Amino acid sequence: MKKLLVLLALLSLGALGFAQQSRLDVVKQRGKLICGVNGGAPGFGYINEKTGTYEGFDVDFCKAVAAAIFDDPSKVEYVALTAKVRFNAIQTGKVDVVFRNTTITTSRDGSVGVDFLPVNFYDGQGVMVRKDLGVNSVFDLKGATVCTNQGTTTEKNWTDLDRAHKLGTKLITFEDFSRSFDGLLSGRCDAITTDKSGLVGWKAKAPNPDDLVILPETLSKEPLAGFTFQNDSKWRDALTWIVYATFQAEEFGITQDNLDEMMKSDNPGIRRFLGLEGTLGDGLGLSNDFAARVIKHVGNYGEIYDRHLGPNSPFYIPREGSLNAAYTDGGLIYSPPFR
Amino acid sequence: MKEARAAVPFWKDERKLGMLFQALLLLTVVLVLLFLSYTAYRGMRSRGLEFSFAFLFEESGFLISEGVTLANDGGHWLFRAFQPSDANWQVLLAGFINTLRVSVTGIVLTTILGVLVGVGRLSSNWLVNRLSFAYVEFVRNTPLLVQMIFWYLAVFNKLPPLRQASEWYGFILSNKGMAVPWIATTPAWSQFGPYFYWGLYLWLGLWLIRPLWRPPRWLYWAAPLGVWAVGLALVRQLPVTVSTPVKKGFRVEGGALLSPEFSAVLLALTIYTASYIAEIVRGAIQSLPKGQWEAASSLGLSYGQTLRLIILPQALRIIVPPLGNQYLNLTKNSSLAIAVGFPELFNVYGTLANQTGRSLEGILIVMAVYLSISLSISAFINWYNTRVALVGVAR
Repeated sequence: MKKLLVLLALLSLGALGFAQQSRLDVVKQRGKLICGVNGGAPGFGYINEKTGTYEGFDVDFCKAVAAAIFDDPSKVEYVALTAKVRFNAIQTGKVDVVFRNTTITTSRDGSVGVDFLPVNFYDGQGVMVRKDLGVNSVFDLKGATVCTNQGTTTEKNWTDLDRAHKLGTKLITFEDFSRSFDGLLSGRCDAITTDKSGLVGWKAKAPNPDDLVILPETLSKEPLAGFTFQNDSKWRDALTWIVYATFQAEEFGITQDNLDEMMKSDNPGIRRFLGLEGTLGDGLGLSNDFAARVIKHVGNYGEIYDRHLGPNSPFYIPREGSLNAAYTDGGLIYSPPFR
Repeated sequence: MKEARAAVPFWKDERKLGMLFQALLLLTVVLVLLFLSYTAYRGMRSRGLEFSFAFLFEESGFLISEGVTLANDGGHWLFRAFQPSDANWQVLLAGFINTLRVSVTGIVLTTILGVLVGVGRLSSNWLVNRLSFAYVEFVRNTPLLVQMIFWYLAVFNKLPPLRQASEWYGFILSNKGMAVPWIATTPAWSQFGPYFYWGLYLWLGLWLIRPLWRPPRWLYWAAPLGVWAVGLALVRQLPVTVSTPVKKGFRVEGGALLSPEFSAVLLALTIYTASYIAEIVRGAIQSLPKGQWEAASSLGLSYGQTLRLIILPQALRIIVPPLGNQYLNLTKNSSLAIAVGFPELFNVYGTLANQTGRSLEGILIVMAVYLSISLSISAFINWYNTRVALVGVAR
């Protein structure tokens, strides 16, 4: 017993030896970012069938982080995560950061033990049904079978709605949302529910998108954001300001095309933002021109949005007038000052 | 001579060396376990997580598609359908009951199917023989997960939608599942209930007093039936009725519903495991000396009689231990049901862990539950094995 205690003491001493290193330094040493994404969310994180690479709105934020740290958006190793395992991937340190259409909630921030980055997409839960059901509202779904994916806020939101309005629905949860979608097409599921942005993407993928209809109600607030480890401020600060940099660039009107001109600007705010003056980047443990790198390789928030969710993309989600417009246009996309 | 023995140093004493190695091995195992749990503890602490089972008593707040649990309704503990206002331990229990439901039914069905196919493999009828062979080889050589998804997507999801489903003597088969007529209680049950339970207690009591007094066999039937008859005579209303399913909006009301998820899991597990059991049965029958068959036929027994009276009882002794393994496999494989959305224990754990963030605590519970199911099955099989074993031979 005594020996055991001694050994235990030795072990704990050894543990103290591993000084807590910030993930930012780990990533820099490794030379690439390991980023958790959604492998099957059209428009947000999916594999382009033609090129075989990850693409999407969330994927571009992984690229922005790599661009800020390495000046090279390709230095990312993508890990496709299901809704169910995304928090474990951070809890166990398997990935550095996750951008995977994840809603910020109190319990996730608290008991699940992750820290969230700024919201990069304001969403709400919606419901999609087949047109031939003749359903016009979620309240017509009394006794229906509703399908969604496991380990999401949608499970609880639907349960709350069901309890509040005594709908008596049956909720089937699958590990993979594509199975819910199959269920909707085959008729096993009368309705499927997830974030409205997701429904738009899935609808576009249906053999006959016109057979499906997204019901008008929005069931919940779903502010989607990236997240990373709890208790690693240095890493979280860097990530936070990389996300803000995309917002601020849009506010300044800096785009991939006009970046070179903007580098010659006299505006001290822009000069500070692009790292031509001051030490904003240094203070975060990044290079001083991290924001310029992000714009050069990925673009500002508006460019990222239009690339994946704009009118010319197959997954068009109108931005004007929505919460995702810049605050100057009445939306909620707002960056604290870069100063 | 004695002194010389005593002088053997311990590193040359085989017995002491053996003990030393055992002690070292034990120490290593303990150290590894300690190190692993310490690492987990340190990892959780550095991320600000604490290890606690208090979440089990918090409200779960989510729906599951089917499942009954133990609940305290108005002061009485009883089994009823799970509700989102129930606690987290109750949703785990509902998952556990679903696991048991699919495993126990599966074990019964797969044993019957497996024995039939195993005997069929040895049939002299060419068609039966070849069909059994094809079944075993086809099913055994494709992954269970693939089969389960096949049954779910290609069979149960392809059934007609409820609105178009035809009704057939109260049976409704649609892509919402198979609805069958079922027994339901009427309001008179509240009066008849006590008689029903007293009948059961009496029957149980007769079993319990067996060491003291062995009642005549007919009494086992007559006692509870008599109590029930008295009850019926006093209540003068039927306490139970047959409830026939009816289509109503999006769902079927009344009767009992076998959901497509449950059916797909049950069918996949039964058919897959039966192919292994068939091989066990075939092997056991073939291992019996040929003389057993010859002796039986020289006594004039028919093929069926030989099988039933001579061959299968002897084969049983060989079958039982490997059969137990297959039962364990079936139960453990039921955790694949998550692929088709059936809310068994592992599926429910997935939702729970995600809603509460308690993955480590949850998985420890889940592992403990699977372990105790498996150990119970093993214990039962071992007990049965000693019962059927030849005295003095197979021990």
